[in-house]
Amino acid sequence: MKLLKVSGSLLLSSSLLFGCANSDENSAKETVKETKNTVSDSFSVVTDEYRKYAIGEIEEFVKATEAFTTAVKNGDVDQAKALYATSRVHYERAEPIAEVFGDLDPKIDAREGDVPEAEWGGYHRIEKGLWVENTTIGYEQYAEQLMKDVNLLRAKVDTVEVTPDLLITGAVDLLNEVSTSKVTGEEDRYSHTDLFDFAANVEGADKIFQLLNPALKEKDEELSKEIQIRFDDVFSLLNKHKNDEGYKVYTDLTEPEIKELSQAIDALAEPLSEIGIVTEAL
Amino acid sequence: MSKNEYIIEGESPGVKKISRRDILKTAGVGGAGILIGASGIGGLLSVTEGKASSVKVSDVVPFYGRHQSGITTKAQNHVYFAALDVTTTRKEDLIMLFKEWTQAAALMSEGKPIGELSSNEFLPPKDTGEAEGLSASNLTITFGVGPSLFVKENQDRFGLKSKQPKELKDLPAFSLDALEEEWTGGDLCIQACADDMQVAFHAVRNLIRIARGKAVLRWAQPGFQRTKQADAKEGTPRNLFGFKDGSVNPDVKSEKQMNEHVWVQPGDGPNWLQNGSYLVVRRIQMFIEVWDRTNLKEQENTFGRYRDSGAPFGQKNEFDKLDLNHKQADGEDTIPVDSHVRLSHGDGSQQILRRGYSYSNGMDLKTGSFDAGLLFLSFQRSPSKQFIPIQKRLSKMDKLNEYISHRGSALFACLPGTKQGGFIGETLFM
Repeated sequence: MKLLKVSGSLLLSSSLLFGCANSDENSAKETVKETKNTVSDSFSVVTDEYRKYAIGEIEEFVKATEAFTTAVKNGDVDQAKALYATSRVHYERAEPIAEVFGDLDPKIDAREGDVPEAEWGGYHRIEKGLWVENTTIGYEQYAEQLMKDVNLLRAKVDTVEVTPDLLITGAVDLLNEVSTSKVTGEEDRYSHTDLFDFAANVEGADKIFQLLNPALKEKDEELSKEIQIRFDDVFSLLNKHKNDEGYKVYTDLTEPEIKELSQAIDALAEPLSEIGIVTEAL
Repeated sequence: MSKNEYIIEGESPGVKKISRRDILKTAGVGGAGILIGASGIGGLLSVTEGKASSVKVSDVVPFYGRHQSGITTKAQNHVYFAALDVTTTRKEDLIMLFKEWTQAAALMSEGKPIGELSSNEFLPPKDTGEAEGLSASNLTITFGVGPSLFVKENQDRFGLKSKQPKELKDLPAFSLDALEEEWTGGDLCIQACADDMQVAFHAVRNLIRIARGKAVLRWAQPGFQRTKQADAKEGTPRNLFGFKDGSVNPDVKSEKQMNEHVWVQPGDGPNWLQNGSYLVVRRIQMFIEVWDRTNLKEQENTFGRYRDSGAPFGQKNEFDKLDLNHKQADGEDTIPVDSHVRLSHGDGSQQILRRGYSYSNGMDLKTGSFDAGLLFLSFQRSPSKQFIPIQKRLSKMDKLNEYISHRGSALFACLPGTKQGGFIGETLFM
């Protein structure tokens, strides 16, 4: 019961929590409330930290998108290709936040078939032009719109309320993204730069883990160690596929290598999904 | 032979003993709880112990016992079989894995989830949930270890090399083998059998989930046979060629026969495998389209049995004795020299406990034919004295080879059973 109350309360903003503190509640309720406050207090440090991180990544994303879309508008195919994958990593790292804006995410990141053809724009539309047609001609308008949408995202991100729920769910969601669309090579199906997105998602999950880890260590040292080991495993597998440009193209991976990556993500995501225990009172 | 009754593992064959725990379980599950309230547990026990036959046999096969369940257990309707690769390099992880597996398997065998729903909604549920509310469905979960768990690429991976039995090595290459890597081998295996496919799948799914970070799926194959509902008489199941398969099997109710043919005995090899058994798995593709255009006479000659009755040539009934010396008027063998039944039988000295299931994996993408066949599963005390000589004969000249192809193969040592509080694998790892 106590757990339920605590975890439920985490969804509320802290001001609301403090607001409903009432002096004439009985002692049993007092205990619960105290726990609430400790939990949300310790979390406010974490959520603030994460907020800074995510906004930082989105700011980088704005800059990178500016360079990318400028290259497209200037007709510089090579430059645009070179910037494509590295621009996206900032978005992929901050995906739990970026995805909060259900209207913007598809505009920026929809893949072919995700939305009606007439509405399809954003990174992957330009990706198709660059790699399938080897051109930027006719894609200037998409670059223009993409820049607008990314600027809008930056403006909106300030309004996001970072809750512990968003972090706990977000960490595993990032890895689920990897399992369902990166591992299959569907994300960057023309450029085959999927490993950049793959690594960025894992980095985003790692950031959340590192932020929650001090609290987790107190709850369950073993689990904390296990998750750390599995992150190390995934990063060392990814390192095997690094080259001068960043990462190998996905189509260069062998089937066993893809399976190995996929199973390493499963092995990581399973214990990581237990990270929600940090919401339980010590 | 009719194999309609089954024994509870760990009890003497043929005698169905019902323990106090079983009664309590039955009472808890069946709603007899009211009875307990009225007359007390003692009363209920004395009634049921006095007239054991009146107790409705539940669909729970006990997990704990001298032997693992799922070997001499009467074959359930479905199997979900999985082979795994161990990814951890630490022996402690393996031990932990088998401890967790034992606990989970014991719960699931009783039709229970492997964990209660957490009150913390920020955690995923412990149990995956699809067997919620379903009966145990005679679920059995049988664990085995493959040769590569001991030594792989010349590495003594877990310091177990000295414990590897001589018998536990890759099967020899047989003529006509067309093994594919993706269906071959495995460090560990899980055989989950149940009368409900969802229950069997649930079991393997949860065990694989528990193994994350320690072991991964290598290959998996579901299988089926006619259900007990569809065949009230529970006769020998027919394979996908339409013939009865498994007519000649040792009697699982005979402790003597099981000790002779199935259970590893003292002195057979390392002690840790005593009361265990060797499991041979062969994934045999059957070219059913080709078979279907083969005339009946040819089909029956291939097996050496009549399709309808299942009787061997020259006999009337399925379980009539094979008469391998019988000649036709023209002097030809009544049971053809290259027939499956003759070659399987050999001189009759090698017996194996077959527990196979048909499989159908949709379409073969290359040919557009069905990808269907037999997941051959056989238990024996000694592969080198039982399965291997039989398969050598079959692979050389079995007429059936025209219609089948062995695509997958594995050998596992199925561990002995354990008592409550112990764990499967304790004799090997400790």
